Amino acid sequence: MSTATLAPANDHEHHGPPRGMRRWLMSTNHKDIGTMYLIFALVMLFLGGASAMLIRAELFMPGLQLLEPDLYNNLVTNHALIMIFGAVMPAAAGLANWMIPLMIGAPDMALPRMNNLSFWILPAAATMLMLSFVVPFFPGGGSQINTGWTLYPPLSLQVGMSMDFLIFAIHLLGISSVLASINIIVTIFNMRAPGMNLMQMPIFVWTWLVTAFLLILVVPVLAGGVTMLLFDRHFGTSFFNAAGGGDPVLFQHLFWFFGHPEVYVLILPSFGVLASIIPTFARKPLFGYKSLVGSMIAIMFIGMVVWAHHQYTIGMSLAAVSYFMIGTIIISIPVGLMVFNYIATMWRGSMTFETPMLFAVAILLMFSFGGLTGIMLAVVPADMQYHDSMFVVAHFHYVLLPGAVFGLFAGVFYWLPKWTGNMYDERLAKIFFWINVIGFNLTFFPQHFLGLAGMPRRIIDYNIMFTEFNMVSSVGAMIFGLSHLLLLYIIIKTIRGGKPASARVWEGANGLEWELPSPPPFHSWTTAPQIK
Amino acid sequence: MAGEQNLQSKNRRTLLMLSAITLGMFGFGFAMVPLYCFLCQITGVQSVQQRTQTTASTVAANQSVSDRWVTVKFDSTVHPDLPWNFQAQERKLRVRLGEVNEMDFIAENRSSSEILGQAIPSVVPWQANAFFNKMECFCFRQQSLKGLESKHMPLRFSVSPDLPNDISSLTISYNFMRLDMNNEKPFTVVAK
Repeated sequence: MSTATLAPANDHEHHGPPRGMRRWLMSTNHKDIGTMYLIFALVMLFLGGASAMLIRAELFMPGLQLLEPDLYNNLVTNHALIMIFGAVMPAAAGLANWMIPLMIGAPDMALPRMNNLSFWILPAAATMLMLSFVVPFFPGGGSQINTGWTLYPPLSLQVGMSMDFLIFAIHLLGISSVLASINIIVTIFNMRAPGMNLMQMPIFVWTWLVTAFLLILVVPVLAGGVTMLLFDRHFGTSFFNAAGGGDPVLFQHLFWFFGHPEVYVLILPSFGVLASIIPTFARKPLFGYKSLVGSMIAIMFIGMVVWAHHQYTIGMSLAAVSYFMIGTIIISIPVGLMVFNYIATMWRGSMTFETPMLFAVAILLMFSFGGLTGIMLAVVPADMQYHDSMFVVAHFHYVLLPGAVFGLFAGVFYWLPKWTGNMYDERLAKIFFWINVIGFNLTFFPQHFLGLAGMPRRIIDYNIMFTEFNMVSSVGAMIFGLSHLLLLYIIIKTIRGGKPASARVWEGANGLEWELPSPPPFHSWTTAPQIK
Repeated sequence: MAGEQNLQSKNRRTLLMLSAITLGMFGFGFAMVPLYCFLCQITGVQSVQQRTQTTASTVAANQSVSDRWVTVKFDSTVHPDLPWNFQAQERKLRVRLGEVNEMDFIAENRSSSEILGQAIPSVVPWQANAFFNKMECFCFRQQSLKGLESKHMPLRFSVSPDLPNDISSLTISYNFMRLDMNNEKPFTVVAK
């Protein structure tokens, strides 16, 4: 039997999964691990969302109501780190685990045991992250992490022991995502069904290939940066400590060398999901396969050399600043190409608007809006004004929520019938979509105005002239946050039952994953499919 | 079966290659430390060392006193490791370009033991850096204060008449760092 050596723990073949906790703890099955990734991400989504709602509750009125300044900034830090490393990246990795083997006709991931490891590091990392938040509440626990997720020194050198917990949490999260990325690349390179060449792979697989390469290129640099931070804190080195001749700005460079490509890491898998959804519901093949692949590769390379546009105000020379400005604006070309590709795919299609497609259309609209404010921020003289204001907050939430999170929601609705064998409740899902999207816009649209009027970010209090927009934003945030309870309900309801889904699920769906029954058997593609 | 063996060794090869990239990038992060200084030098981005010259600057060619006035502000910070108070006598001074002025800073050791420190200057906006001449500065030397000692530290400076016209005010900022960090003796703070 051909898969025996590929997936050693699958020697018990064909008897279905083992029972009880062993199934999950020792799983080497890509579907089970994918499911665990997705559940983990959902839990983290609620944790990160709760911290965001606390932030917005505090900002409902000027003055200090609920939180202390340091606690507020710690929540800002946690919100970002949990959402990025805990929710979006694991959810995208969950989709990758579930779908890549099904899409390329592979029996499982190439390195199933490493797959298990890369998932089970995550709960440990999340625990460390939580500890960093909890520790300051105890006597002797030191101060709270008030740096924001960017962890800039010198502030991060002065925070108490909670920073050490956070540094190790980042190490663990980094190791987990590097292992997952290596696994995905090996799977894509070596496990494709015979006859499927790279340019025949679904775009979702391509986006993950590019994402995985980005991750193994940039995550180690962040790991190095926080390691230096740790050395500065405890071992007397002076990488960033100005008192010993170090340069705090160096950390900013290391951080953003990771941080900027990271936004493409978050967005690309969701764009891959769109490339599956839009042709299905427009009932037309993808408009420009090759240009999509080309754009992605261009984004990967240009995205790695424009990081300092996050640091315009540090006093770089005019030449350096101009280079980063031009590079940043150039990136909007391949990104725009991807957006236009999707629009052209919809052009004159016979479209229907099931929930995944509703999300897809909303994503294109709102992501493009975030992209436009991004170009505003890329322009140096303008950025000097907008830097560190709520305008920046509005910009990156418009990019990351539609670009990453909504894409994942769309993917979950799109593939949930395939995973569970049951259709989700379309009526409830549409209600969720509308509440979610309206709540989102209500939250973040007013923040543009706040930022342009001069309200800084990451500060607990504000001038009373900003009160009205902040109230609107906070009300929106509560609607937006609570709407996810409906998402949770829909998912649980679908898992427990519902109208049985056919193998193809969607009328216009194309691709290998739809050749398998819904839900697919525990071991699928044990004999590789024929590629025509 | 042969195909399977093949796939396994192929997987291992790819795995090794990707692990090598990962380790290489981890190393690259550390290589950024010297690379960063080097890049700053060749692209003309001022590094901290260049921005904070701690030796007497060459007095600019143009020595004439002009009619233009600018405001020089004095800012001081003390690193948390250093139990000193440190402040300029005045917060700001109106000076004529080219004229030599003096400002006194007062440093005071709050602890009971002798400590070595050094002040690191920087000028904001950084474009004014080249035009701010320090003829005499306490920052040229290490400063030592005995327990509870306080000392006057003079700065003699001039602002060159070549200062770009759009600059009407500049800030000289001192950050006092502790120098004997490595043989750190525990100190007790006895004064406020």
